[in-house]
Amino acid sequence: MTGAQERQKTTYREAIRQAIREALKRDDRVFLMGEDVGRYGGCYAVTKGLLQEFGEERIRDTPLSESAFVGAGIGAAMAGMRPIVEIMTVNFSLLALDQIVNNAATIPHMSGGQFAVPLVIRMATGAGRQLAAQHSHSLEGWYAHIPGLKVVAPATLADARGMLWSALLDPNPVLIFEHVNLYNMEGELEADAGPVPLAGAVVRRPGRDLSVITYGASLHKSLAAAEQLAATGIEAEVIDLRSLRPLDDEAIIASVARTRRALIVDEGWRSGGISAEICARVAEQAFYDLDAPPARLCGAEVPIPYPKHLEDAAIPQVDTIRAAALELVRPQGRTA
Amino acid sequence: MSDFLMPSLGADMDKGTVVEWLKKPGDHIERGDVLAVVETQKGAFEIEVFEQGVLSEILVPVGTEVPVGAVLARIDGMVAAKAPAGPPPAVAPPATAASPAAAPPATRPIPPRREAPRSAERPRISPAAARRAAELGVDVRGLGGSGPGGAITIADVEAVAGAPIVAPRRGFDPAAMRQAIATAMARSKREIPHYYLSLPIDLGRATEWLAEENARRDVGRRLLPAALLLKAVALALREVPQLNGFWIDDAPKLSSAIHVGWAISLRGGGLMAPAIHDADRLTLDQAMAALRDLVTRARTARIRGSEMMNPTVTVTSLGERGADSVLGVIYPPQLAIVGFGAPRMAASIVDGEIRQRPMVQATLAADHRASDGAGGSRLLAAIDRHLQKPETL
Repeated sequence: MTGAQERQKTTYREAIRQAIREALKRDDRVFLMGEDVGRYGGCYAVTKGLLQEFGEERIRDTPLSESAFVGAGIGAAMAGMRPIVEIMTVNFSLLALDQIVNNAATIPHMSGGQFAVPLVIRMATGAGRQLAAQHSHSLEGWYAHIPGLKVVAPATLADARGMLWSALLDPNPVLIFEHVNLYNMEGELEADAGPVPLAGAVVRRPGRDLSVITYGASLHKSLAAAEQLAATGIEAEVIDLRSLRPLDDEAIIASVARTRRALIVDEGWRSGGISAEICARVAEQAFYDLDAPPARLCGAEVPIPYPKHLEDAAIPQVDTIRAAALELVRPQGRTA
Repeated sequence: MSDFLMPSLGADMDKGTVVEWLKKPGDHIERGDVLAVVETQKGAFEIEVFEQGVLSEILVPVGTEVPVGAVLARIDGMVAAKAPAGPPPAVAPPATAASPAAAPPATRPIPPRREAPRSAERPRISPAAARRAAELGVDVRGLGGSGPGGAITIADVEAVAGAPIVAPRRGFDPAAMRQAIATAMARSKREIPHYYLSLPIDLGRATEWLAEENARRDVGRRLLPAALLLKAVALALREVPQLNGFWIDDAPKLSSAIHVGWAISLRGGGLMAPAIHDADRLTLDQAMAALRDLVTRARTARIRGSEMMNPTVTVTSLGERGADSVLGVIYPPQLAIVGFGAPRMAASIVDGEIRQRPMVQATLAADHRASDGAGGSRLLAAIDRHLQKPETL
């Protein structure tokens, strides 16, 4: 063994594809189904080539009925299979809400533990690709409301590569939210990158002046904003939540207790969103450590617009994150 | 439009340094607001304003030393200025006398701070800053906030508590204070013909009354003997007014208000005697609260300018572990200083019998230009009489 691991250039999309390939190879109970995942290769081309490699038995194109194929996935999971169900976008998952919330999340409880539902549902979420109001929303916060589900949001290549296998091993239904703007993200990944824990927030950038708590594509905007803030002497700590259910209270509170200021950045809407839940926990658990009110930067409360400039304006961006952080740390524009 | 001047915080002060502005141009100002913190040889003091209006201009930036009487800022006033009662600064440059805010002392003193109506509005302060302020014993009223919505943050609290950010607030220099005391005391002994009187006072009744009274009170509300001494002196001065006031321009200038300067020794060395305003009109509870508050603030450098400007008499009490008696040196241009030694059990003749009684030596050092021994004796006798009727204090 010599020193550093070999690293390979890859993309977020490719990391997920490799994760699916590995799962299909490791466990013959694993299969993938969804709309256009086979012949078309997936609406975001994540599953391209898998039909040729693994065949129609394991890469299954489904009819355009989310309720039907999610329900089939639940049944397969209860019967001992390890299905990966892909839903094109979180907006379409609403058609399967009954299956996800009333069945997948409840059956293990209602059967007194007799049935596990080791189902994994992958779906795209978020705005930024001009897909307008029926394909661009961030509704993962809704699912994070539901006991019985696990909700994760990989934001890095390592998490995109490593969360799927851990999700398949989990006896509970796990929803994986892949932000549409991350699929093309390039980076390096260790050649033997493997499974990572599902839960647990991670400090992606340490800092002393405020905690920026975020997930998904907003992580990278927050890191860019933190870089700019550092040039003015403000050190922002950036926390990647990774999992929205369960939330890692310990990591969030520990960070806020250090920095005394919390800024939550979430593409989802503010009212009743996951940002509200995080805010409440910060207020409940870190009240006496706070040196400023917890702040939130969220998506504008409108259906995501189609025009590029309006779509950009509707969600957190690097400059608005930077401004929100400044408002929290130096409301009077004092210099360091 | 009026001028906000560098005040004279005692006869020994001829210049001061602005170390902090707590208001900025455009801010609305209420009478009694602290506008600036000024550092003198005796440490840092909060300087209040005695009018209402809008701060229009700051002329002296932080860190600048200017003479007493220099214009620090201009105020667009709506109500005429009224300086606190007190002696005009003895060493102020002539220009001071001509400027409006240094006009002859008004007859009406500023109201004691704790009687002023309190703002119903709570200070806007972050939870963490509130906790830190409690830890550091910082009074956050009147503190400027730099946080969102002008809220007071931890940094604001630590700044006034003397944490590294604004060192001058606590950057009290013992050598400079020594120099200030030397100047004042040398002037006193050079100019003031002191005479000295003393009277042993039986504290038996006062001690018993205190013990009974305190037995009925919560620990936090208990009275200390100092409150009785303060009140007794203040009431006695009403009866002997020629010992309350100042000697200015070769003439006595008596004060109708009784502002007792209470001598406080500082932990870092040195001494100050800030005023307890209208001490004769305070209840014992108020007097006790005033003493506690003053000592705490003196030791954390939170004394206000008006408290340094206008004591009309000084009391020095050596406390339980002090010497038997103290023959004080008058703080010019005041007329007298009353001293109390340590209370001790001593043999005393009561009703023809030798009894063991708690005794204290009360002393008076007074300016012979303004009063004579007979007046001084009346003062000590009056103090004695009041201490024999503690329930009426």
